[in-house]
Amino acid sequence: MRIVHVRGGVRLNGRKRRAERGRITSLPIPAYLNVPLKQHIGAPAEPVVRVGEHVLKGQLLGRPPGPMSAPVHAPTSGRVIAIGAAPAPHPSGLDTPTITVQSDGEEQWIELAPPIDPLALDAAAIEERIADAGVVGLGGAAFPAAVKLRLRTRHPIHTLIVNGAECEPYLTCDDRLMQERAEEIIDGVRIMLRALEQDRSGPSIRALIAIENNKGDALAALKKAASAHPGIATIAVPTRYPMGSEKHLIRAVTGKEVPARALAPEIGVLVHNVGTAFAIHRALRFGKPLISRIVTLSGGAVASPQNFEVLIGTPVSALLRAAGGLRQPPARLLMGGPMMGAMLPHAEVPIVKGTSGILALTSAEIAARPAAPCIRCGTCVAVCPCGLVPVEMVSQIRGGRLEGALRFGLLDCVGCGTCAYSCPSRIPLLQYLNFAKGELTARERTKHKAEEARRLAERRRLRLAQQAEARAATATARPRQQHRHPEGSEATGAPDRTTNPQVAA
Amino acid sequence: MSAVPIIAAPHVHAGTSVRRSMILVMLALVPATAWGITQYGWPAVNLLLVTVGAAVVAEAFSLRAAGQTVRPGLGDGSALLTGWLLAMTLPPWSPWWIGVLGAVFAIVVSKHVFGGLGQNLFNPAMVGRVVLLVAFPLEMTTWVAPHVVFQPASPSFVESLSITFQSALDTDAISGATALGHERGPPAVSEGQNEPSAGKFDVREALLGEQYGSLGEGSAALLAAGGLLLLLTGVVRWPIPVAMLGSVALVATLFHALEPARYGDAVFHLLSGGLVLGALFIATDPVTSPVTRTGQLVFGAGCGLLTYTIRTWGGYPEGVAFAVLLMNAVTPIIDYYIRPRVFGRTLSGISLKLPDEKPAAPAKPWGTNVPRGSRP
Ligand code: SF4
Ligand code: SF4
Repeated sequence: MRIVHVRGGVRLNGRKRRAERGRITSLPIPAYLNVPLKQHIGAPAEPVVRVGEHVLKGQLLGRPPGPMSAPVHAPTSGRVIAIGAAPAPHPSGLDTPTITVQSDGEEQWIELAPPIDPLALDAAAIEERIADAGVVGLGGAAFPAAVKLRLRTRHPIHTLIVNGAECEPYLTCDDRLMQERAEEIIDGVRIMLRALEQDRSGPSIRALIAIENNKGDALAALKKAASAHPGIATIAVPTRYPMGSEKHLIRAVTGKEVPARALAPEIGVLVHNVGTAFAIHRALRFGKPLISRIVTLSGGAVASPQNFEVLIGTPVSALLRAAGGLRQPPARLLMGGPMMGAMLPHAEVPIVKGTSGILALTSAEIAARPAAPCIRCGTCVAVCPCGLVPVEMVSQIRGGRLEGALRFGLLDCVGCGTCAYSCPSRIPLLQYLNFAKGELTARERTKHKAEEARRLAERRRLRLAQQAEARAATATARPRQQHRHPEGSEATGAPDRTTNPQVAA
Repeated sequence: MSAVPIIAAPHVHAGTSVRRSMILVMLALVPATAWGITQYGWPAVNLLLVTVGAAVVAEAFSLRAAGQTVRPGLGDGSALLTGWLLAMTLPPWSPWWIGVLGAVFAIVVSKHVFGGLGQNLFNPAMVGRVVLLVAFPLEMTTWVAPHVVFQPASPSFVESLSITFQSALDTDAISGATALGHERGPPAVSEGQNEPSAGKFDVREALLGEQYGSLGEGSAALLAAGGLLLLLTGVVRWPIPVAMLGSVALVATLFHALEPARYGDAVFHLLSGGLVLGALFIATDPVTSPVTRTGQLVFGAGCGLLTYTIRTWGGYPEGVAFAVLLMNAVTPIIDYYIRPRVFGRTLSGISLKLPDEKPAAPAKPWGTNVPRGSRP
């Protein structure tokens, strides 16, 4: 299959070697687990347990308040010891609503639904089970998987791309998963295909598993597992960051370009991560909710980098301890990859569904240096996979002209950080771009609020006007009424009082 | 905006730096410079040292005057490189004050008055050169025949000091025209084709640099080798050199075909004067050239065409410096109008159509009326 060239991007030093060898190991059950109620895009889940309650492994802890959300489940059996705010795995270290479970070490599962053949279910039932299992995109964005699958009802899907590119340096969790659990991933893909094919009478949907060509073993394993299924093919894509970016992967694999501001399903393509496919397999075959994931622990400060199967809610510190600790204090502790990942304020934050890796980097690896003046070398322009001019956007942002940055395409930026990675002057371009995006969102919100206030004020004004009119009408009607029924004036005065603006307002 | 206290992604870096780029450019200049020195002897060394020294001192002085710390600014090596490039374009036996004046002009007036590294509109080395050319036409067009160093005829170190520092150059005895200056003389080339005279063009001599000219007009082969290093290390991207050399080759071939006796051919134009130096080392200055690839192609082609025009019909024998400065002036316009196609959009910035979409309502493309901002 022909791979289409994608503009820009860089070849990164993968630094994957240290963590990619060992098999995935399970972590011992930590003493307590912090399960945030919001680990996904959308509304936070609402707690359905009480403090002091004993919960079983896999039991529902938080229920989604609406369709755009996901439930969270107890990662192990134990007692709910707190429902409240705990530090979020976010650079700010701010608190987020969290349910804390003290494990009893019993690992006692809740009674699981009897196994059924998921391939015999209809699309709606499959999606319902995926939603109930709390499966979200495990590539990092944590978009509820069922919501994504349901987009099929609005846009005809012809291609399912399974993203195994894993283009971030250090991370090898998808690589190991593909090598060790290829059959399970393929099963998850078949289940997704089943859901997607449901209401299509035309040509069947193809599934393409895209893997960067530096992962030969993973490619071979999946190729073997997929060989029995004609609709599923593996495809090697160039090792080039940001190959794993959804829109760029689609372009490379199908040659199609998702229009700006549009979603991939609108051109008939759905992208799911390999980890998501595995989670779907587990949810449908065994009825197990998403309570664990594979996490890469790596970085120069880590004694023995490796991939772990970690319970959601495990404190990062517990992971570090279980892995033999650090061999030196890290210069930076990260969640996610080094290109797009977030700095952690400390190690007392939980692993969440979107955590692909925990990296403890040394200062030599970061090689931070102060920013120098921009020399307009155009490197950021040449490497931007989105065809943007980061240097101009950032000079607009620095000058306080957000509208200027917008006109330069700020909203088309996928935040991949390739520009900042390549800038010889080390200008924190992505930091400025993200700042501007945050600022715009905040402005939108204020604008929205202002509009809402204006709308309410307008409604009130209209109501008052109507009342005034009504009053005027009654007032003009009164003389006539008085004229006709001079004794009935009191009765006609009554409506006036009930619609009194002071009372109504 | 205030600085965000949280360190944002990415948390790794390619390892490139301004300093690394400058060092690589200087490395790439070493072979051609060394060869030039063997051709022009000690006076060339003196001039190089004086010019580079003046540039560095001027940089330190300007940084201090601007209230900045001197260290990181000097450490990036940009001033050193400017001085070096300027020295490469001067007649090798020029007196010391030519180098000093040029360097001071380049650094102080064309760089720091604009705001320092990254803020200048014009290529500093070329500003220095053009100012000298206009102010001191005689000194700037006095060329010596190559004097292979350590030969009896070449000046000794002590003699070289008097050449550089006392202007003790007996111009009449050893000066001559460069090949370009010669070509521009009366159109009819009177000398016989094989007469070994000053100002005659010879491919072998041009490649090796055994001809009248500045250090930078010396060996085209060694300069090209240095340029290759820059292309391979990614310090210089291909569009500007390719467009500049290509456009000169194209028009030269065209005019040569029309009237061979009057117009030199492509090889002559490519190997003469400072074209190779200009295309690889000067026009490619990141600060004063466009940021997009298409913009760089336009810029390079403009430099090439202007160089040819000035050489052929203009008032000066060599046009690279003027051509580069003229194109520097239009770089903001190029950067304003030429932008890459944004992913998912047409070239004019309108979102691509969805498969089942009716022709989109003409959306307002982004990118209109945006003033070219200063550098971040
Ligand atoms: S890569 Fe950095 S120095 Fe080069 S143009 Fe972009 S922002 Fe400026
Ligand atoms: S972060 Fe944005 S501007 Fe920078 S390279 Fe990625 S898409 Fe382009």
